[in-house]
Amino acid sequence: MDVVQLQKQLADYTRSLFNEGYLDDQFNQLQQLQDESNPEFVAEVVSLFFQDSQRLVNELAKDLEQQSVDFKKVDAHVHQLKGSSSSIGAQRVQKACISFRNYCDEQNIEGCLKCLQQLKNEYSLVKNKLETLFKLEQQLLEAGG
Amino acid sequence: MGLATESQFHVLAVDDSIIDRKLIERLLKTSSYQVTTVDSGSKALEFLGLNEDKHRDPNQLSFSPNNHHQEVEVNLIITDYCMPGMTGYDLLKKVKESSSLRNIPVVIMSSENVPSRINRCLEEGAEEFFLKPVRLCDVNKLKPHMMKAKCKENQENQENPEEDVQPQPQQQSNNNKRKAMEEGLSPDRTRPRFGGGLTVASN
Repeated sequence: MDVVQLQKQLADYTRSLFNEGYLDDQFNQLQQLQDESNPEFVAEVVSLFFQDSQRLVNELAKDLEQQSVDFKKVDAHVHQLKGSSSSIGAQRVQKACISFRNYCDEQNIEGCLKCLQQLKNEYSLVKNKLETLFKLEQQLLEAGG
Repeated sequence: MGLATESQFHVLAVDDSIIDRKLIERLLKTSSYQVTTVDSGSKALEFLGLNEDKHRDPNQLSFSPNNHHQEVEVNLIITDYCMPGMTGYDLLKKVKESSSLRNIPVVIMSSENVPSRINRCLEEGAEEFFLKPVRLCDVNKLKPHMMKAKCKENQENQENPEEDVQPQPQQQSNNNKRKAMEEGLSPDRTRPRFGGGLTVASN
């Protein structure tokens, strides 16, 4: 593929991520902070997000397996995930966190378990999407774009 | 780069989230500030020389003093509100209670828009309250606070030339302790760092 085609593909793909609500404007903000002195900034922050989210999802699964669930602890973990997802603009993960916290307030285990599943789904979706995005960027770079 | 370090403002950023530390660091550096990040309120106090903690890392603080009460001049503290252990609010209070630190402007960041929380912080002396995620337009509001603090500091130095003159150049820590006692604070709370060697660790 030539550079022009790749550029179009990247632009279309990026637009689709915003249109489908995977990303919000905060992701643009991150991209604006990346420059020649920090060419890897977005990738670095996003990879920190992946590590942190994976850890928190595992913690949440553990929290909810307990015989008597500590909802304060659950809420604290969801709060962290909500913060980091909003910091990178992973909008659908953030929204999943908001409904999760509501079930925490109600101390509703069923609801929490449902939300954990939803959170996992949204997390792996946005992870795949972002990885594809970075791959396209890499291809474009290699093609000399 | 081209900037002399003296002309650069130094911001201490406090956040328990590594992602947010990365983000705020980049935002501040983009604005040409010198940045130090720490992951907790107690580490922030340690960096500022208000040491209550047993843990210390002398290497981290071996910068040269900058004509100021602390060893490293900090022009502004920007801190997350919600952190395990010491919250951003607790940190704000400690800074404002300290005779040597109270002139440093403090800005609080939080992901939650809770008006009572915001008011509490502003009443306690925070200059600004930023909702997270923090953006460049927020960071642009920091400079006036640092300029104002700098002016105030210069004025105070002119009005009270005695205050900062050290009879014995190596005894700056005593001066701080003296001031702290005059204001009825425990000297332990304002114990400044001094090259690691001169400070007495508690416990």
